Amino acid sequence: MYDVIIIGAGVTGAMIARKLARFNLSIALLEKENDVGNITSNANSAIIHSGYDPVPGTLKAKLNVLGNSMFDQIADELDVHFKRIGSMTIATSDEQLETLKELKKRSELNGVPTELLSKEQALELEPNLTSDTKGALLAPTAGIIDPFNLVVHAVENAVDNGVKLFLDQAVVDIEYQNSVFSVKTTKDTYQGKVVINAAGLHSDEIAKMIEPIDWSLTPRKGEYFVLDHYKLGLVNHTIFPLPSAKGKGVLVSLTSSNNYIVGPSSEPIQDKDDASTDAPTLAEIRRQATELVPSIPFNQVIRVFSGVRPTPSTHDFIIGFAKSNEHFINVAGIESPGLVSSPAIAEYVVDNFVSKLFNLEEKKDFNPRVRRYHRLNELSEEDRNALIKQNPEYGKIICSCEKVSLGEIKDLLARSVPPTTVKGVKRRCRAGFGKCQGGFCSPMVTMLLAEHFHVSPTAIKWDKDDSEILVEEVKVL
Amino acid sequence: MRKRDLVIIGGGSAGMAAAIEAKKNGIDDILILEKDSVLGGILNQCIHNGFGLTEFKEELTGPEYLSRFAEQVKELGIEYKLDSLVLSITRDKLVTYSNAVDGVVTLEAKAIIFATGCYERSPGAIQLSGDRVSGIITAGTAQKYLNIHGYLAGKRIVILGSGDIGLIMARRMTLEGAKVLCVSELMPYSNGLNRNIAQCLNDYNIPLYLSRSVLRVEGKGRVEKVVLAAVDDKMKFIPGTEMEFECDTLLLSVGLIPYVSLLDNIDVKMSSTRGAMVNDQLETEVPGIFACGNCLHVHDVVDFVTDEGRDAGRSAARYILGEVKKTIKIKVNPGNGIGYVIPQYIETDLNHDITFKFRVRKPIKDVFVNFESNGEVFHKVIKPVLIPSEMVMIKVSKDKLANIKGEEISLYLEERK
Repeated sequence: MYDVIIIGAGVTGAMIARKLARFNLSIALLEKENDVGNITSNANSAIIHSGYDPVPGTLKAKLNVLGNSMFDQIADELDVHFKRIGSMTIATSDEQLETLKELKKRSELNGVPTELLSKEQALELEPNLTSDTKGALLAPTAGIIDPFNLVVHAVENAVDNGVKLFLDQAVVDIEYQNSVFSVKTTKDTYQGKVVINAAGLHSDEIAKMIEPIDWSLTPRKGEYFVLDHYKLGLVNHTIFPLPSAKGKGVLVSLTSSNNYIVGPSSEPIQDKDDASTDAPTLAEIRRQATELVPSIPFNQVIRVFSGVRPTPSTHDFIIGFAKSNEHFINVAGIESPGLVSSPAIAEYVVDNFVSKLFNLEEKKDFNPRVRRYHRLNELSEEDRNALIKQNPEYGKIICSCEKVSLGEIKDLLARSVPPTTVKGVKRRCRAGFGKCQGGFCSPMVTMLLAEHFHVSPTAIKWDKDDSEILVEEVKVL
Repeated sequence: MRKRDLVIIGGGSAGMAAAIEAKKNGIDDILILEKDSVLGGILNQCIHNGFGLTEFKEELTGPEYLSRFAEQVKELGIEYKLDSLVLSITRDKLVTYSNAVDGVVTLEAKAIIFATGCYERSPGAIQLSGDRVSGIITAGTAQKYLNIHGYLAGKRIVILGSGDIGLIMARRMTLEGAKVLCVSELMPYSNGLNRNIAQCLNDYNIPLYLSRSVLRVEGKGRVEKVVLAAVDDKMKFIPGTEMEFECDTLLLSVGLIPYVSLLDNIDVKMSSTRGAMVNDQLETEVPGIFACGNCLHVHDVVDFVTDEGRDAGRSAARYILGEVKKTIKIKVNPGNGIGYVIPQYIETDLNHDITFKFRVRKPIKDVFVNFESNGEVFHKVIKPVLIPSEMVMIKVSKDKLANIKGEEISLYLEERK
């Protein structure tokens, strides 16, 4: 019997698990995928938004701004790349300049520091902006983060502090009898006193297992380009157009790994699992992006991808007890700005809901830090050599594009939330993230995983179910 | 800091040839840095034959070909380090590499030869449409899985791109029991060598569809279907021309790109080949840094890579020994019908023959290749057929070069009436 069962190990579930891990509670974290943070949290803009544009008074506005302020500490404790590079929202007409002034007022209501820039000021900060720029709204607190390791490390930290993680099992049914939930998955049944529904795109389905709901989620797909490291300075901030009814629009940004990202589109779709990309949509993103930054070098594109986010019918995050059950907490409709809001959402959920159900006491031995990650690429030659002396595998490079060592990959495999797939390795340490997109290193990673898990290489998956990379061993003479 | 006369980055065919030639030209202090655990580079996985026709007048397999050079490297006592990846270089020719034995080491080199080969254009780089699932793999990666590790990456295969590795893999995977349904090529002509079309596709009844590309890939975990469609002369898909193939794999052979991020990182001037711009000594704009083989421009056959490696080795030796003087700077421009030309500059003098290497933009018959300076053609060669997949080499004698006036020359095609 668990005190709390959290459904969904995306960024929302991960942050809630980590927050609850500080207290004397037994916690299970259930995830349908074979890795944490593998759906919406895996494919988004990776921006820690300042919070200037959500409608004042909404949960989105409140939790975005609070979440943003928490990230220096979180990034430090969880050892995740994070930089406050600031965002600039660009006006390209006099009409838009007026809207920018409205947004400035909105940012003040939300308590977000912003500054209106003239065309000259904007172009000085961002020389590659269009010459049609009329002005910009600078939000210095906006940042960029490594979204993959934010989730992986948050779950790792939760697990290191006692949370039990169960991967690869989807919740199929929930029963509530005698004050106990029985959460049935595709593999097992888990009993708990409280259930937190953080199932992302599927949180509507989970909520309906308890009661009929008066809200709905629309899957909305966003497609993106990722550019190679190219040269620094293409843009120094996250560049936004003016927000519209469809969202924040197509942005151009540096990423935490010094790549550039361009996107997203915003199309409502039917199939929640549809992560496809298509040429007309990408062409339209390209058109919109080059209106703001005309010189984007699209010949440096190394990958295109899409992510699906759950857009709620309520236009705000849906957080609270189920109407008919005060032990079931919905945390649904977490679309943008979900990533930045996630630590604040966790705090909000614990302070307003979980604390009403348990007498929360902080554990004395809670450790907010993950075990240190060694990223060889970021160390001095001296530190690197000290590490290689201890473990020569840190000297052998596996991914020649991103310069990831064998030692780093083996360290991942020894952790409490290890990767089991080639994509899992890629997301964590960037092997396969570069120019050649794993052309050179993916066979080595596949063989390494097979050796580590004592299975045939034909059992190693790229990503989800049925995504094995190899079909058979060829005849052995 | 340890000093070295010559550091060669990459121990494949270009790097080994460069090392051997530099040694023969009087350089003893040579170090080859190879990222793999054996010498030979990509040839290790090219177990088919057809290598060495020019070099040895024999048909060798990749491993046979490379071993002849690896043996020479060893016989000549040239030092090499395996499993050693170069992390960075500087314009002052400091080379930093990493391996498990030495750790991270920085060397100061008098000269550096880049022989880092090329990489395959990825699905992301061509912005492939559809589901991003398993079973989309580049031909060279599938080749490594099959020929090095012994695993087949698919059973029912559609190949996009008619590059040579794709053609070779069509035959190779067929021989291992896979069904190759077709090869689809975006361009109206094949990008592979004619002999590979004959021996790898025609002999196995594998159809080649020209002016067709992948409209989208469909699948859940793995590829289930690939939809091809015809493209018009602006590369736009033509509605109503869709062809659907149920398959588990889309193999990509859509181009090779010089692998030179280390040069990019120090802002060395690059050419349209995406390799460095070089002079008649195969020297980049940074004095003492040379480039050869597929990291300079992608070659059709390894014999030419070897030859270019030797040229770079000789040039580096002359540079180290102080025998090269730059007396001129003439820019070589690719003109009408020419995709690129190497070298991009003539910088030593005009008292030596120079071989110009280039590719045409599209297939063309019955043309003159004209070399022009100051409005006058100083050399003219007749070519009955030129195609983009075959690199052209034309040696121009110093007598002809003596007619160059001014600071630029251009190469262009002229149709014969």
